[in-house]
Amino acid sequence: MTTITFPLSPAAQQKATQEPRWVRWALISIALLFLTLFLFIPLISVFYEAFKKGVEVYVAAITDPDALSAIKLTLTVAAIAVPLNMIFGVAAAWAIAKFEFRGKNLLITLIDLPFSVSPVVSGLIYVLVFGLQGWLGPWLSEHDFKVIFAVPGIVLATVFVTVPFIARELIPLMQAQGTEEEEAAVVLGASGWQTFFKITLPNIKWGLLYGAILCNARAMGEFGAVSVVSGHIRGSTNTMPLHVEILYNEYNFAAAFAVASLLALLALVTLALKTLIEFRNRQHQQRGHE
Amino acid sequence: MYPLKQHSILPGFNLALGFTLLYLSLIVLIPLSAAFIRTAELSWPDFWSIVTTPRVLASYRLTFGASFAAALVNALFGLLVAWVLVRYHFPGKKFVDALVDLPFALPTAVAGIALTALYAGNGWIGQYLEPLGIKVAFTPLGIFVALTFIGLPFVVRTVQPVLEDVEAELEEAAATLGANRWQTFTRVIFPAIFPALMTGFALAFARAIGEYGSVIFIAGNMPMISEITPLLIITKLEQYDYAGATALSVVMLVISFILLLIINLLQWWSRRRSSKT
Repeated sequence: MTTITFPLSPAAQQKATQEPRWVRWALISIALLFLTLFLFIPLISVFYEAFKKGVEVYVAAITDPDALSAIKLTLTVAAIAVPLNMIFGVAAAWAIAKFEFRGKNLLITLIDLPFSVSPVVSGLIYVLVFGLQGWLGPWLSEHDFKVIFAVPGIVLATVFVTVPFIARELIPLMQAQGTEEEEAAVVLGASGWQTFFKITLPNIKWGLLYGAILCNARAMGEFGAVSVVSGHIRGSTNTMPLHVEILYNEYNFAAAFAVASLLALLALVTLALKTLIEFRNRQHQQRGHE
Repeated sequence: MYPLKQHSILPGFNLALGFTLLYLSLIVLIPLSAAFIRTAELSWPDFWSIVTTPRVLASYRLTFGASFAAALVNALFGLLVAWVLVRYHFPGKKFVDALVDLPFALPTAVAGIALTALYAGNGWIGQYLEPLGIKVAFTPLGIFVALTFIGLPFVVRTVQPVLEDVEAELEEAAATLGANRWQTFTRVIFPAIFPALMTGFALAFARAIGEYGSVIFIAGNMPMISEITPLLIITKLEQYDYAGATALSVVMLVISFILLLIINLLQWWSRRRSSKT
Protein backbone atom coordinates (compact mmCIF):
# COMPACT_ATOMS: atom_id res chain seq x y z
CA MET A 1 0.00 0.00 0.00
CA THR A 2 1.30 3.42 -0.82
CA THR A 3 0.81 6.41 1.35
CA ILE A 4 0.04 9.61 -0.40
CA THR A 5 1.15 12.75 1.36
CA PHE A 6 -0.04 16.17 0.39
CA PRO A 7 2.42 18.97 0.89
CA LEU A 8 0.65 21.56 3.03
CA SER A 9 1.31 25.25 2.91
CA PRO A 10 2.07 26.80 6.35
CA ALA A 11 -1.27 28.62 6.30
CA ALA A 12 -3.18 25.40 5.74
CA GLN A 13 -1.33 23.68 8.59
CA GLN A 14 -3.22 25.80 11.06
CA LYS A 15 -5.95 23.75 12.69
CA ALA A 16 -9.48 24.66 11.75
CA THR A 17 -10.35 24.99 15.42
CA GLN A 18 -7.62 27.47 16.23
CA GLU A 19 -7.37 31.20 15.74
CA PRO A 20 -4.61 32.76 13.65
CA ARG A 21 -1.39 33.41 15.54
CA TRP A 22 -1.79 37.20 15.61
CA VAL A 23 -5.29 36.91 17.07
CA ARG A 24 -4.02 34.60 19.79
CA TRP A 25 -1.23 36.96 20.80
CA ALA A 26 -3.48 40.02 20.62
CA LEU A 27 -6.02 38.39 22.96
CA ILE A 28 -3.31 37.25 25.39
CA SER A 29 -1.81 40.75 25.40
CA ILE A 30 -5.12 42.49 26.08
CA ALA A 31 -5.98 40.03 28.88
CA LEU A 32 -2.57 40.44 30.50
CA LEU A 33 -2.71 44.22 30.17
CA PHE A 34 -6.09 44.26 31.94
CA LEU A 35 -4.82 41.99 34.73
CA THR A 36 -1.63 44.03 35.10
CA LEU A 37 -3.60 47.24 35.47
CA PHE A 38 -6.21 45.87 37.87
CA LEU A 39 -4.36 43.13 39.76
CA PHE A 40 -0.58 43.14 39.58
CA ILE A 41 0.10 46.86 39.91
CA PRO A 42 -2.19 47.28 42.97
CA LEU A 43 -0.52 44.28 44.62
CA ILE A 44 3.00 45.53 43.94
CA SER A 45 2.12 49.05 45.05
CA VAL A 46 1.18 47.78 48.54
CA PHE A 47 4.72 46.51 49.11
CA TYR A 48 6.31 49.50 47.37
CA GLU A 49 4.43 52.02 49.55
CA ALA A 50 5.18 49.95 52.67
CA PHE A 51 8.95 50.10 52.14
CA LYS A 52 9.12 53.56 50.51
CA LYS A 53 10.37 55.23 53.67
CA GLY A 54 12.83 52.51 54.52
CA VAL A 55 12.95 49.26 56.43
CA GLU A 56 13.23 51.03 59.80
CA VAL A 57 9.91 52.81 59.36
CA TYR A 58 8.38 49.51 58.26
CA VAL A 59 9.64 47.60 61.29
CA ALA A 60 8.62 50.45 63.62
CA ALA A 61 5.10 50.42 62.16
CA ILE A 62 4.50 46.72 62.66
CA THR A 63 6.12 46.52 66.09
CA ASP A 64 4.14 49.49 67.40
CA PRO A 65 2.13 48.34 70.47
CA ASP A 66 -1.19 49.24 68.80
CA ALA A 67 -0.22 47.29 65.68
CA LEU A 68 0.86 44.29 67.74
CA SER A 69 -2.41 44.31 69.66
CA ALA A 70 -4.31 44.52 66.34
CA ILE A 71 -2.35 41.53 65.02
CA LYS A 72 -3.07 39.61 68.22
CA LEU A 73 -6.78 40.38 68.06
CA THR A 74 -7.00 39.40 64.39
CA LEU A 75 -5.31 36.05 65.14
CA THR A 76 -7.59 35.47 68.15
CA VAL A 77 -10.77 36.19 66.17
CA ALA A 78 -9.69 33.87 63.35
CA ALA A 79 -8.73 31.18 65.88
CA ILE A 80 -12.31 31.20 67.18
CA ALA A 81 -14.26 31.80 63.95
CA VAL A 82 -12.50 29.24 61.73
CA PRO A 83 -12.89 26.17 64.04
CA LEU A 84 -16.53 27.08 64.73
CA ASN A 85 -17.28 27.19 61.01
CA MET A 86 -15.32 23.99 60.45
CA ILE A 87 -17.58 22.15 62.90
CA PHE A 88 -20.63 23.75 61.31
CA GLY A 89 -19.42 22.93 57.80
CA VAL A 90 -18.85 19.26 58.62
CA ALA A 91 -22.21 18.92 60.40
CA ALA A 92 -24.12 20.65 57.59
CA ALA A 93 -22.35 18.65 54.89
CA TRP A 94 -22.98 15.38 56.76
CA ALA A 95 -26.71 16.07 56.96
CA ILE A 96 -27.01 17.38 53.39
CA ALA A 97 -24.69 15.00 51.53
CA LYS A 98 -25.37 11.71 53.30
CA PHE A 99 -29.17 11.89 53.70
CA GLU A 100 -32.21 12.64 51.57
CA PHE A 101 -34.75 14.92 53.20
CA ARG A 102 -37.28 17.54 52.28
CA GLY A 103 -36.23 21.20 52.25
CA LYS A 104 -32.61 20.40 51.43
CA ASN A 105 -32.30 23.02 48.69
CA LEU A 106 -33.75 25.67 50.97
CA LEU A 107 -31.19 24.76 53.62
CA ILE A 108 -28.33 25.08 51.09
CA THR A 109 -29.63 28.52 50.07
CA LEU A 110 -29.82 29.60 53.72
CA ILE A 111 -26.21 28.53 54.30
CA ASP A 112 -25.12 30.67 51.32
CA LEU A 113 -27.12 33.66 52.56
CA PRO A 114 -24.28 35.53 54.33
CA PHE A 115 -22.41 35.76 51.01
CA SER A 116 -25.14 37.95 49.57
CA VAL A 117 -25.52 40.26 52.58
CA SER A 118 -23.56 43.52 52.52
CA PRO A 119 -20.77 43.50 55.16
CA VAL A 120 -22.18 46.68 56.66
CA VAL A 121 -25.60 45.06 57.11
CA SER A 122 -23.90 41.98 58.61
CA GLY A 123 -22.48 44.18 61.35
CA LEU A 124 -25.64 46.20 61.83
CA ILE A 125 -27.85 43.20 62.57
CA TYR A 126 -25.65 42.32 65.56
CA VAL A 127 -25.94 45.88 66.82
CA LEU A 128 -29.73 45.45 66.60
CA VAL A 129 -29.58 42.28 68.72
CA PHE A 130 -26.80 43.06 71.22
CA GLY A 131 -26.43 46.88 71.13
CA LEU A 132 -27.74 49.14 73.88
CA GLN A 133 -30.80 49.90 71.74
CA GLY A 134 -31.09 46.23 70.82
CA TRP A 135 -33.05 43.23 72.04
CA LEU A 136 -30.50 41.90 74.51
CA GLY A 137 -28.63 45.16 75.15
CA PRO A 138 -30.34 46.22 78.40
CA TRP A 139 -30.03 42.73 79.91
CA LEU A 140 -26.35 42.49 78.90
CA SER A 141 -25.46 45.88 80.37
CA GLU A 142 -27.19 44.91 83.63
CA HIS A 143 -24.89 41.91 83.83
CA ASP A 144 -21.90 44.01 82.80
CA PHE A 145 -21.15 41.99 79.67
CA LYS A 146 -20.24 43.85 76.50
CA VAL A 147 -20.77 42.35 73.05
CA ILE A 148 -20.95 45.40 70.81
CA PHE A 149 -17.81 47.59 70.78
CA ALA A 150 -16.02 44.60 72.30
CA VAL A 151 -14.33 41.39 71.19
CA PRO A 152 -17.44 39.09 71.29
CA GLY A 153 -19.18 41.33 68.73
CA ILE A 154 -16.15 41.20 66.43
CA VAL A 155 -16.08 37.41 66.70
CA LEU A 156 -19.83 37.11 65.97
CA ALA A 157 -19.69 39.41 62.93
CA THR A 158 -16.68 37.49 61.61
CA VAL A 159 -18.40 34.14 62.12
CA PHE A 160 -21.45 35.47 60.25
CA VAL A 161 -19.55 36.56 57.13
CA THR A 162 -17.55 33.31 56.99
CA VAL A 163 -20.40 30.80 57.64
CA PRO A 164 -20.64 29.48 54.04
CA PHE A 165 -16.94 28.95 53.19
CA ILE A 166 -16.32 25.47 54.58
CA ALA A 167 -19.86 24.07 54.16
CA ARG A 168 -20.00 24.96 50.45
CA GLU A 169 -16.61 23.29 49.90
CA LEU A 170 -17.63 20.08 51.72
CA ILE A 171 -21.20 19.62 50.45
CA PRO A 172 -20.35 18.90 46.77
CA LEU A 173 -17.28 16.88 47.80
CA MET A 174 -19.23 14.62 50.17
CA GLN A 175 -22.11 14.32 47.68
CA ALA A 176 -19.65 13.09 45.05
CA GLN A 177 -18.16 10.57 47.47
CA GLY A 178 -21.55 9.02 48.18
CA THR A 179 -22.46 6.91 51.19
CA GLU A 180 -21.18 3.44 50.28
CA GLU A 181 -17.98 3.50 52.34
CA GLU A 182 -19.79 4.74 55.44
CA GLU A 183 -22.57 2.17 54.98
CA ALA A 184 -20.01 -0.61 54.71
CA ALA A 185 -18.38 0.57 57.94
CA VAL A 186 -21.72 0.65 59.78
CA VAL A 187 -22.69 -2.79 58.50
CA LEU A 188 -19.33 -4.11 59.76
CA GLY A 189 -20.20 -2.82 63.21
CA ALA A 190 -18.46 0.55 63.44
CA SER A 191 -20.13 3.16 65.62
CA GLY A 192 -21.19 6.51 64.16
CA TRP A 193 -18.15 8.38 65.49
CA GLN A 194 -15.78 5.58 64.42
CA THR A 195 -17.24 5.74 60.93
CA PHE A 196 -16.82 9.50 60.88
CA PHE A 197 -13.23 9.64 62.16
CA LYS A 198 -11.92 6.58 60.29
CA ILE A 199 -13.79 6.85 56.97
CA THR A 200 -15.33 10.26 56.37
CA LEU A 201 -12.73 12.58 57.89
CA PRO A 202 -9.76 11.07 55.99
CA ASN A 203 -11.82 11.34 52.78
CA ILE A 204 -12.67 15.01 53.26
CA LYS A 205 -9.53 16.31 54.98
CA TRP A 206 -8.19 18.15 51.91
CA GLY A 207 -11.54 19.75 51.19
CA LEU A 208 -11.82 20.74 54.84
CA LEU A 209 -8.35 22.30 54.74
CA TYR A 210 -9.16 24.11 51.50
CA GLY A 211 -12.31 25.61 52.97
CA ALA A 212 -10.53 26.50 56.22
CA ILE A 213 -7.81 28.40 54.34
CA LEU A 214 -10.36 30.49 52.41
CA CYS A 215 -12.41 30.99 55.58
CA ASN A 216 -9.31 32.14 57.45
CA ALA A 217 -8.36 34.68 54.79
CA ARG A 218 -11.80 36.26 54.95
CA ALA A 219 -11.91 36.10 58.76
CA MET A 220 -8.61 37.96 59.09
CA GLY A 221 -9.40 40.45 56.36
CA GLU A 222 -13.05 41.31 57.07
CA PHE A 223 -13.52 45.05 57.29
CA GLY A 224 -17.10 46.31 56.88
CA ALA A 225 -18.91 44.04 59.35
CA VAL A 226 -16.18 44.28 61.97
CA SER A 227 -15.98 48.05 61.53
CA VAL A 228 -19.65 48.44 62.55
CA VAL A 229 -19.40 46.40 65.76
CA SER A 230 -15.86 47.25 66.85
CA GLY A 231 -16.06 50.82 68.13
CA HIS A 232 -12.47 51.35 66.90
CA ILE A 233 -10.84 51.44 70.34
CA ARG A 234 -7.08 51.53 69.71
CA GLY A 235 -5.12 48.76 71.35
CA SER A 236 -8.31 46.96 72.38
CA THR A 237 -10.94 46.38 69.66
CA ASN A 238 -8.90 47.15 66.56
CA THR A 239 -8.26 44.34 64.12
CA MET A 240 -5.54 44.65 61.48
CA PRO A 241 -7.82 45.97 58.69
CA LEU A 242 -9.28 48.55 61.10
CA HIS A 243 -5.79 49.55 62.20
CA VAL A 244 -4.89 50.10 58.53
CA GLU A 245 -7.88 52.41 58.20
CA ILE A 246 -6.99 54.45 61.30
CA LEU A 247 -3.37 54.90 60.23
CA TYR A 248 -4.46 55.84 56.72
CA ASN A 249 -6.96 58.42 57.95
CA GLU A 250 -4.19 59.94 60.11
CA TYR A 251 -2.15 60.36 56.89
CA ASN A 252 0.41 57.94 58.28
CA PHE A 253 0.60 56.22 54.88
CA ALA A 254 3.89 54.36 55.36
CA ALA A 255 2.63 52.70 58.54
CA ALA A 256 -0.80 51.97 57.02
CA PHE A 257 0.82 50.22 54.05
CA ALA A 258 3.24 48.39 56.34
CA VAL A 259 0.36 46.74 58.22
CA ALA A 260 -1.49 46.31 54.90
CA SER A 261 1.54 44.50 53.47
CA LEU A 262 1.18 41.85 56.19
CA LEU A 263 -2.43 41.29 55.07
CA ALA A 264 -1.32 41.21 51.42
CA LEU A 265 1.26 38.60 52.38
CA LEU A 266 -1.51 36.59 54.04
CA ALA A 267 -3.49 36.79 50.78
CA LEU A 268 -0.50 35.55 48.76
CA VAL A 269 0.11 32.64 51.16
CA THR A 270 -3.60 31.81 50.94
CA LEU A 271 -3.46 31.73 47.13
CA ALA A 272 -0.29 29.63 47.17
CA LEU A 273 -1.79 27.03 49.55
CA LYS A 274 -5.04 27.01 47.57
CA THR A 275 -3.18 26.40 44.29
CA LEU A 276 -1.10 23.67 45.95
CA ILE A 277 -4.20 21.81 47.19
CA GLU A 278 -5.90 22.15 43.79
CA PHE A 279 -2.75 20.76 42.13
CA ARG A 280 -2.66 17.84 44.60
CA ASN A 281 -6.34 17.08 44.01
CA ARG A 282 -5.91 17.02 40.22
CA GLN A 283 -2.96 14.61 40.50
CA HIS A 284 -4.91 12.47 42.91
CA GLN A 285 -7.86 12.34 40.51
CA GLN A 286 -5.64 11.41 37.57
CA ARG A 287 -4.08 8.59 39.58
CA GLY A 288 -7.57 7.44 40.48
CA HIS A 289 -8.50 7.20 36.80
CA GLU A 290 -5.49 5.11 35.82
CA MET B 1 -45.36 13.25 48.32
CA TYR B 2 -42.26 11.46 49.60
CA PRO B 3 -41.54 11.16 53.33
CA LEU B 4 -39.78 13.96 55.23
CA LYS B 5 -36.63 11.90 55.30
CA GLN B 6 -35.73 8.76 53.39
CA HIS B 7 -34.53 5.84 55.49
CA SER B 8 -30.79 5.40 55.82
CA ILE B 9 -28.63 3.09 57.93
CA LEU B 10 -26.14 5.89 58.59
CA PRO B 11 -26.35 7.45 62.05
CA GLY B 12 -26.07 11.09 63.07
CA PHE B 13 -28.77 12.68 60.95
CA ASN B 14 -30.66 14.22 63.87
CA LEU B 15 -27.51 15.49 65.56
CA ALA B 16 -26.02 16.94 62.35
CA LEU B 17 -29.22 18.56 61.12
CA GLY B 18 -30.15 19.77 64.60
CA PHE B 19 -26.77 21.41 65.10
CA THR B 20 -26.87 22.92 61.60
CA LEU B 21 -30.29 24.46 62.16
CA LEU B 22 -29.42 25.73 65.66
CA TYR B 23 -26.16 27.32 64.46
CA LEU B 24 -27.79 28.88 61.40
CA SER B 25 -30.64 30.25 63.50
CA LEU B 26 -28.40 31.78 66.15
CA ILE B 27 -25.74 33.20 63.83
CA VAL B 28 -27.69 34.03 60.66
CA LEU B 29 -31.47 33.84 60.80
CA ILE B 30 -32.36 35.49 64.14
CA PRO B 31 -29.94 38.43 63.68
CA LEU B 32 -31.17 38.91 60.09
CA SER B 33 -34.78 38.83 61.25
CA ALA B 34 -33.91 41.60 63.74
CA ALA B 35 -33.49 44.02 60.82
CA PHE B 36 -36.99 43.19 59.51
CA ILE B 37 -38.70 43.17 62.91
CA ARG B 38 -37.15 46.48 63.95
CA THR B 39 -38.18 48.02 60.63
CA ALA B 40 -41.73 46.75 61.11
CA GLU B 41 -41.94 49.10 64.12
CA LEU B 42 -41.92 51.97 61.64
CA SER B 43 -45.14 52.94 59.90
CA TRP B 44 -45.18 52.48 56.14
CA PRO B 45 -45.12 56.25 55.31
CA ASP B 46 -42.23 56.78 57.76
CA PHE B 47 -40.30 53.88 56.22
CA TRP B 48 -40.99 55.14 52.71
CA SER B 49 -39.88 58.69 53.48
CA ILE B 50 -36.62 57.43 55.05
CA VAL B 51 -35.68 55.26 52.09
CA THR B 52 -36.58 57.83 49.40
CA THR B 53 -34.94 61.07 50.55
CA PRO B 54 -32.93 62.75 47.76
CA ARG B 55 -29.61 61.85 49.42
CA VAL B 56 -30.63 58.19 49.69
CA LEU B 57 -31.92 58.09 46.10
CA ALA B 58 -28.62 59.58 44.90
CA SER B 59 -26.75 56.82 46.78
CA TYR B 60 -28.89 54.10 45.11
CA ARG B 61 -28.21 55.58 41.68
CA LEU B 62 -24.48 55.68 42.35
CA THR B 63 -24.29 52.21 43.95
CA PHE B 64 -26.30 50.52 41.20
CA GLY B 65 -24.76 52.50 38.34
CA ALA B 66 -21.17 51.90 39.40
CA SER B 67 -21.86 48.24 40.23
CA PHE B 68 -23.53 47.67 36.87
CA ALA B 69 -20.71 49.34 34.94
CA ALA B 70 -18.08 47.39 36.88
CA ALA B 71 -19.91 44.07 36.37
CA LEU B 72 -20.22 44.83 32.64
CA VAL B 73 -16.48 45.49 32.30
CA ASN B 74 -15.81 42.32 34.29
CA ALA B 75 -18.13 40.30 32.03
CA LEU B 76 -16.20 41.45 28.94
CA PHE B 77 -12.67 41.14 30.30
CA GLY B 78 -13.51 38.15 32.50
CA LEU B 79 -14.64 36.26 29.40
CA LEU B 80 -11.43 37.26 27.64
CA VAL B 81 -9.24 36.21 30.59
CA ALA B 82 -11.09 32.88 30.92
CA TRP B 83 -10.72 32.27 27.17
CA VAL B 84 -6.99 33.03 27.20
CA LEU B 85 -6.43 30.84 30.28
CA VAL B 86 -8.35 27.87 28.85
CA ARG B 87 -7.35 28.00 25.18
CA TYR B 88 -3.84 29.40 24.92
CA HIS B 89 -0.40 28.70 26.31
CA PHE B 90 1.94 31.44 27.36
CA PRO B 91 4.79 31.78 29.85
CA GLY B 92 3.63 32.33 33.43
CA LYS B 93 0.11 31.10 32.75
CA LYS B 94 -0.20 29.08 35.97
CA PHE B 95 0.99 32.06 38.00
CA VAL B 96 -1.57 34.34 36.33
CA ASP B 97 -4.31 31.74 36.83
CA ALA B 98 -3.59 31.56 40.56
CA LEU B 99 -3.44 35.34 40.97
CA VAL B 100 -6.88 35.87 39.41
CA ASP B 101 -8.33 34.99 42.83
CA LEU B 102 -6.38 37.77 44.53
CA PRO B 103 -9.45 40.01 45.04
CA PHE B 104 -11.09 37.13 46.97
CA ALA B 105 -8.08 36.77 49.26
CA LEU B 106 -6.92 40.37 49.64
CA PRO B 107 -8.69 42.23 52.48
CA THR B 108 -10.90 44.95 51.01
CA ALA B 109 -9.30 47.71 53.10
CA VAL B 110 -5.90 46.86 51.59
CA ALA B 111 -7.35 46.95 48.08
CA GLY B 112 -8.97 50.28 48.93
CA ILE B 113 -5.84 52.09 50.06
CA ALA B 114 -3.70 50.55 47.28
CA LEU B 115 -6.09 51.67 44.53
CA THR B 116 -6.42 55.12 46.10
CA ALA B 117 -2.63 55.54 46.18
CA LEU B 118 -2.38 54.42 42.54
CA TYR B 119 -5.11 56.65 41.15
CA ALA B 120 -4.49 59.78 43.26
CA GLY B 121 -3.09 62.77 41.34
CA ASN B 122 0.49 61.87 42.31
CA GLY B 123 0.04 58.07 42.03
CA TRP B 124 1.59 55.69 39.51
CA ILE B 125 -1.50 55.67 37.29
CA GLY B 126 -3.17 58.91 38.39
CA GLN B 127 -0.24 61.08 37.28
CA TYR B 128 -0.84 60.03 33.67
CA LEU B 129 -4.62 60.43 33.82
CA GLU B 130 -4.73 63.80 35.58
CA PRO B 131 -3.15 65.78 32.68
CA LEU B 132 -5.80 64.25 30.40
CA GLY B 133 -8.45 65.73 32.66
CA ILE B 134 -9.49 62.33 34.06
CA LYS B 135 -9.85 62.31 37.83
CA VAL B 136 -10.33 58.84 39.29
CA ALA B 137 -9.59 58.98 43.02
CA PHE B 138 -12.26 60.71 45.12
CA THR B 139 -14.83 60.63 42.27
CA PRO B 140 -17.53 58.12 41.20
CA LEU B 141 -15.00 56.83 38.65
CA GLY B 142 -12.86 55.66 41.55
CA ILE B 143 -15.81 53.68 42.92
CA PHE B 144 -16.10 51.99 39.53
CA VAL B 145 -12.39 51.08 39.60
CA ALA B 146 -12.64 49.59 43.12
CA LEU B 147 -15.75 47.58 42.22
CA THR B 148 -14.09 46.29 39.05
CA PHE B 149 -11.18 45.01 41.16
CA ILE B 150 -13.52 43.35 43.67
CA GLY B 151 -15.65 41.61 41.01
CA LEU B 152 -12.82 40.48 38.75
CA PRO B 153 -12.64 36.77 39.73
CA PHE B 154 -16.39 36.05 39.52
CA VAL B 155 -16.82 35.94 35.73
CA VAL B 156 -13.45 34.26 35.14
CA ARG B 157 -14.19 31.50 37.65
CA THR B 158 -17.75 30.80 36.46
CA VAL B 159 -16.91 30.82 32.73
CA GLN B 160 -13.60 28.93 32.95
CA PRO B 161 -14.94 25.43 33.83
CA VAL B 162 -17.78 25.68 31.29
CA LEU B 163 -15.35 26.72 28.56
CA GLU B 164 -13.13 23.75 29.43
CA ASP B 165 -16.12 21.45 28.92
CA VAL B 166 -17.09 22.75 25.46
CA GLU B 167 -16.44 19.76 23.25
CA ALA B 168 -13.84 20.08 20.53
CA GLU B 169 -16.02 17.90 18.27
CA LEU B 170 -18.66 20.61 18.09
CA GLU B 171 -16.12 23.15 16.90
CA GLU B 172 -14.68 20.67 14.39
CA ALA B 173 -18.17 20.00 13.07
CA ALA B 174 -18.75 23.75 12.69
CA ALA B 175 -15.46 24.11 10.82
CA THR B 176 -16.30 21.15 8.54
CA LEU B 177 -19.60 22.78 7.73
CA GLY B 178 -17.73 25.86 6.57
CA ALA B 179 -17.94 28.19 9.55
CA ASN B 180 -15.02 30.49 10.18
CA ARG B 181 -13.66 30.95 13.72
CA TRP B 182 -15.76 34.02 14.46
CA GLN B 183 -18.94 32.23 13.35
CA THR B 184 -18.00 29.18 15.41
CA PHE B 185 -17.48 31.41 18.43
CA THR B 186 -20.71 33.39 18.12
CA ARG B 187 -22.94 30.47 17.03
CA VAL B 188 -21.46 27.46 18.88
CA ILE B 189 -19.21 28.46 21.78
CA PHE B 190 -20.89 31.64 22.99
CA PRO B 191 -24.38 30.12 23.39
CA ALA B 192 -22.84 27.30 25.46
CA ILE B 193 -21.09 29.66 27.88
CA PHE B 194 -23.74 32.40 27.93
CA PRO B 195 -25.61 31.18 31.06
CA ALA B 196 -22.31 30.93 32.96
CA LEU B 197 -21.36 34.41 31.78
CA MET B 198 -24.68 35.79 33.03
CA THR B 199 -24.19 34.01 36.37
CA GLY B 200 -20.74 35.52 36.74
CA PHE B 201 -22.09 38.95 35.83
CA ALA B 202 -24.87 38.66 38.43
CA LEU B 203 -22.42 37.46 41.12
CA ALA B 204 -20.06 40.37 40.43
CA PHE B 205 -22.99 42.81 40.45
CA ALA B 206 -24.40 41.44 43.72
CA ARG B 207 -21.00 41.60 45.39
CA ALA B 208 -20.40 45.16 44.17
CA ILE B 209 -23.70 46.48 45.54
CA GLY B 210 -22.85 45.54 49.12
CA GLU B 211 -19.15 46.39 48.91
CA TYR B 212 -17.85 48.84 51.49
CA GLY B 213 -14.18 48.41 52.47
CA SER B 214 -12.49 48.97 49.13
CA VAL B 215 -14.84 51.80 48.09
CA ILE B 216 -14.76 54.21 51.03
CA PHE B 217 -11.07 55.05 50.67
CA ILE B 218 -11.23 55.92 46.98
CA ALA B 219 -14.75 57.38 46.83
CA GLY B 220 -14.29 60.77 48.47
CA ASN B 221 -17.67 60.14 50.12
CA MET B 222 -19.39 63.40 49.17
CA PRO B 223 -23.15 63.32 49.88
CA MET B 224 -25.22 63.32 46.66
CA ILE B 225 -22.09 62.75 44.52
CA SER B 226 -19.87 59.90 45.70
CA GLU B 227 -21.65 58.40 48.69
CA ILE B 228 -22.62 54.71 48.37
CA THR B 229 -25.62 53.23 50.22
CA PRO B 230 -23.59 51.04 52.65
CA LEU B 231 -21.68 54.16 53.73
CA LEU B 232 -24.96 55.98 54.29
CA ILE B 233 -26.01 53.16 56.66
CA ILE B 234 -22.78 53.67 58.66
CA THR B 235 -23.31 57.44 58.72
CA LYS B 236 -26.82 57.04 60.10
CA LEU B 237 -25.57 54.56 62.69
CA GLU B 238 -22.87 56.98 63.85
CA GLN B 239 -25.58 59.63 64.31
CA TYR B 240 -27.53 57.11 66.45
CA ASP B 241 -30.28 57.08 63.80
CA TYR B 242 -30.95 53.35 64.29
CA ALA B 243 -34.36 53.45 62.59
CA GLY B 244 -32.87 55.08 59.47
CA ALA B 245 -29.91 52.69 59.33
CA THR B 246 -32.18 49.67 59.78
CA ALA B 247 -34.68 50.82 57.15
CA LEU B 248 -31.88 51.28 54.60
CA SER B 249 -30.38 47.91 55.48
CA VAL B 250 -33.77 46.26 54.87
CA VAL B 251 -33.83 47.80 51.39
CA MET B 252 -30.34 46.41 50.77
CA LEU B 253 -31.34 42.99 52.15
CA VAL B 254 -34.42 42.77 49.93
CA ILE B 255 -32.33 43.66 46.88
CA SER B 256 -29.72 41.04 47.87
CA PHE B 257 -32.41 38.38 48.24
CA ILE B 258 -33.88 39.19 44.82
CA LEU B 259 -30.40 38.98 43.28
CA LEU B 260 -29.77 35.69 45.10
CA LEU B 261 -32.96 34.31 43.59
CA ILE B 262 -31.94 35.46 40.10
CA ILE B 263 -28.47 33.94 40.55
CA ASN B 264 -29.99 30.61 41.63
CA LEU B 265 -32.23 30.61 38.56
CA LEU B 266 -29.25 31.43 36.32
CA GLN B 267 -27.20 28.61 37.84
CA TRP B 268 -30.07 26.20 37.32
CA TRP B 269 -30.29 27.35 33.68
CA SER B 270 -26.52 27.00 33.32
CA ARG B 271 -26.52 23.44 34.69
CA ARG B 272 -29.43 22.43 32.48
CA ARG B 273 -27.73 23.90 29.42
CA SER B 274 -24.44 22.10 30.08
CA SER B 275 -26.11 18.77 30.86
CA LYS B 276 -27.89 18.93 27.48
CA THR B 277 -24.69 19.18 25.44
